[in-house]
This record gives sequence, structure tokens and C-alpha cells, in this order.
Amino acid sequence: MIKVENLRHVYANGKVALDDINLEIGDGEFIAVIGTNGSGKSTLAKHFNALLKPTAGKVFVNGIDTADEENLWRVRENVGMVFQNPDNEIVAAIVEDDIAFGPENLGIEPAEIRRRVDLALDTVNMADYKKFSPSKLSGGQKQRIAIAGAVAMLTKIIVFDEPTAMLDPQGRLEVLSTIKKLHAQGLTIILITHFMAEAAQADRVVVMESGKILKIGTPREIFSNVREMKRLGLDVPVAAELAARLKLPAGILTAAELAEAINNENFNHSARK
Amino acid sequence: MIEVKNISYTYMQGTPFEKTALREINFNVKEGDFLAVAGHTGSGKSTLIQIVAGLIDLKIGAVEIDGEDIKSKTARRKIGIVFQYPEYQLFEETVEKDIAFGPKNFGLSEAEIAARVDEAMKLVGLDADIKNSSPFELSGGQKRRVAIAGILALKPKYLILDEPTAGLDPKAKKNLLAEIKKLHRAGVTIIFVSHAMEDIATLANRVIVLAQGEILFEGTPRKLFSQTEILNRAGLMPPPVTQLMLELRRAGLNVSTEILTLDEAERELSRLL
Repeated sequence: MIKVENLRHVYANGKVALDDINLEIGDGEFIAVIGTNGSGKSTLAKHFNALLKPTAGKVFVNGIDTADEENLWRVRENVGMVFQNPDNEIVAAIVEDDIAFGPENLGIEPAEIRRRVDLALDTVNMADYKKFSPSKLSGGQKQRIAIAGAVAMLTKIIVFDEPTAMLDPQGRLEVLSTIKKLHAQGLTIILITHFMAEAAQADRVVVMESGKILKIGTPREIFSNVREMKRLGLDVPVAAELAARLKLPAGILTAAELAEAINNENFNHSARK
Repeated sequence: MIEVKNISYTYMQGTPFEKTALREINFNVKEGDFLAVAGHTGSGKSTLIQIVAGLIDLKIGAVEIDGEDIKSKTARRKIGIVFQYPEYQLFEETVEKDIAFGPKNFGLSEAEIAARVDEAMKLVGLDADIKNSSPFELSGGQKRRVAIAGILALKPKYLILDEPTAGLDPKAKKNLLAEIKKLHRAGVTIIFVSHAMEDIATLANRVIVLAQGEILFEGTPRKLFSQTEILNRAGLMPPPVTQLMLELRRAGLNVSTEILTLDEAERELSRLL
């Protein structure tokens, strides 16, 4: 579990990036964090694995205080991070070596490393590529290798900071389905994204604005208010946008729901006739 | 007009790492075009635009700009290229100095440089007030505009943009696309590399699809997005709104799936209500 209490972060230049953040993320939850550039999403994410420390307030990861220097490695054993650009995360010349890099640094014995690397490769569906050079992979494949690196650390929580921003549509789908698979396996997922269709897959959505949490709710609650989301400089999934334009009842997120609402509307209409 | 004549390109030719990036590519970009280039990561898009901009020397084939070979200085100066995440290339102390850097290297007079900086800032919708700010204090969307303004200050006749909206939030993305549209209307010919099919659908008059270094498709976005087989082969997908219409149709609604924009979808669906 992650617990954030009255978190404030002020950068060296005096900019208040986070202010009065309170948030609890339960085990096995899938949380999406959305907000415009500069709203504090990435700064918040970096507190989850102690890349940044609170200026004031506290962040606890499974009860461990991230502000205490001595806890640094324990925090990072609990929380993995996957960033936007897989090219910045991949270090080795062969896929399986790259995945083994983290566990090796922990001094884990070779047989256990082998087991973890194979498990991680299977999880991200990249076992066939274990002897490949990462440079030969597509963007989506590279990003899945970066995810496998986190999986091999056996962390229970993975933070994804815009993992699909640089990918083509196919790569985006691959990464999103990998994230959903990890969630189904019981991992806690924190996904920072500008793609509302991705956020709509989460259990809960956190909306940030100017360093504060503006709203927390289910995707249905968050995306039913199309006008407010647009005012915030955000967007909604296409089905929600069309439902609003067609003045259908609020709370529609998927194509199936939109189809049903249109059918109901027609049925009611013909019934009235 | 840009004429791309029968170009092929192989990386690290004559070594064991040899990789063919492009094979017998032919196409033209006419003045006033808004040409999109789409394709999977690794399909050859980046190599192609670097060749068109004269940044990679060709052994096979030729690129001509208004009838002149790209190797000549005058031809090359007609082309501006904005790379992915161009804000990482900002380096000057102030916005003004950063935008002025290119024109200065062209050896223009102080007065001309000042005029071009003002004009370029206006073109990308940047407030003149931020001229003396450090580019590093700006928001992500603004930084990117400064970087683009730096290219526009060179007054290119043809502007190549590689994933100009990657990583921007929905609002910054919408604003930047509106500015690009304005540039196009002001007479700049645009070549636009994008993974965002909805942007290709709404902006481009023509689209080229690359797959494994070859041109798989050339035509209008509308034609492209109706050809499922080509999209599959290229690892692409129709824009989200088109996908939604396909799903609605599968759910039994009698709707056209040749829909590219939210406005078109709204019109089509309101027909049913």
C-alpha cells in the first residue's frame, strides 16, 4: 500500500510542484493519474520510489517512510518505475542481460536470476526475443523489456510514467495490455498518462491541476463531466464525448454502452409514438 | 516541389550490421501539401525525413527541392526540420536568444533577426512577454513552441515535423496542432510524421505509409483508414473515432464506418436518434 500524507514538494528554484497531496493506493489497485503538463504528475510519481523526497509531509510505501535515506533500497525493492523513453532505460546489449541487470545488482544467485528473467520474459510475452539486441526491437517491444526489468525485481508496485507517449498505435496497445495483465496478476499499478482511453481502463483516476489533486473517482465518474475535463485542458474517451454531444445520459465510456444508449433512446422514442 | 526520386538507403553497409532502411522510395510533395508520414517504429520514417532534409548523404537516388539537388545550400535552406522532443535542444539563456540562434548563423542583420524572432513567436502563438524568460522555466507545450519558432525563424518553405505533439497534454496538443494548421494556411508546406492517426485524419490531405522501408500506401487519409488490410500490414490502426464506429456497427447499429472526425460521427449518430 502507498500512503501519501499532506505531501508538499518545492523545487530548488522555489516552484511549488506539489501541495497538500493526500492519497491512499491499496494493494492490487490500478490507479491512473491525469493532468496537464506541469500539473505535478511526474513529480508525484517520483515520490513513490524515493527519486524525490518530500519537502513536507510523508510518503509511506508498505509502511516504509521514503524520506529516510536508510530506507532508499527497501523502497525501491517495493516500487519499480517505467519511464517514457525505453531507450533511456535499456542498458545491456542483449535482452535477457538487460532484464538480469537489476537482480544481479541485488547480488541474487545465478539460478534465481535465470528463473526471474524467464518469468519476466513470459509475463511481457517476449521470451522469443531473449537473445535479441534491444536495438533490433520496436518501441513497444523495447518498452516491454523495460517492464520485464521491473517484473524481474519482483516489485509489487510498478509506476508507469507516460510509458506509451513515444510509441506507435500497435506499441501502445502492447504496453497497455501488458499493464492490464500485471494488474490481473495482482500487482499495484500507477499509470501516468495523457491518453484518456488508457486512463479509462483504471480502477480509479486521479486528476491533478497545479500541484494539487482536484478529483479522485472511477473513470465513469471522472469522464462523465466532459465540460469540466475540457476546461482542465484534458479530454475524455471518444464514446463519452459523443454521448455528451448527442445528449445521451452521462456515464457512457465504451462503444457497447454507447450502442446500448442509442438503442434505448430509439426504443423509448418509438414507445412514445 | 520536393521530388524524392528512387532512393534506397542501407545503414552500416558492408558490415555484419547492415540494415536496409529504405528501398526504392518515390514520391513528390507539392507546394501547399499537408503530407503525413505514418508507419510502425522502425519502418524508416526517421531515415526518410532526414534524407529529405539533406541530413543523410545519399548513395542511391536523389532528392530535389524546386528542381535543385538537396546537396546544394540554397535547396537545404528551404527545408526546416523539427525533431522529436525538440525542447531538449533548447540551450540559450533566453527565449529570444534561442530563437535567434539559427538566423544568426545564417549571417542576417540584427534588425532582420529581431523581426524574424517576433514573427516566429507570433506564428507559434507565443506571447512576446516571455522573450526574456529562460526557456527552461516554461511549460512543456511552450518549450516546444520555442523550439519550433527557432526553426520557423529560418523561414523554411517546407517544414518537416517529427511527432510534434508526442508527450503533450490534450490541450497543449490541440493548441499546437491549431498553430501548425495556421502555418499551413500561411503557405508553409508541411510534412508531418505522426503516430496519432486522429491527427493525420483531421489535418493531412495526403498520407504516405511506410512499412519495412517501402511505401505501402499513398493517398488520402479517408482512403487509408478504410483499408483494414493495409493498416494491419503497417501495424497501424484507424483513429479512435473510426474504431468506435466500427465497434458500433459490430454492436448492430446501422452506421457508416467511413468516419474520420468527431463532427462526422456526431452527424452520423444523430441520424439514428
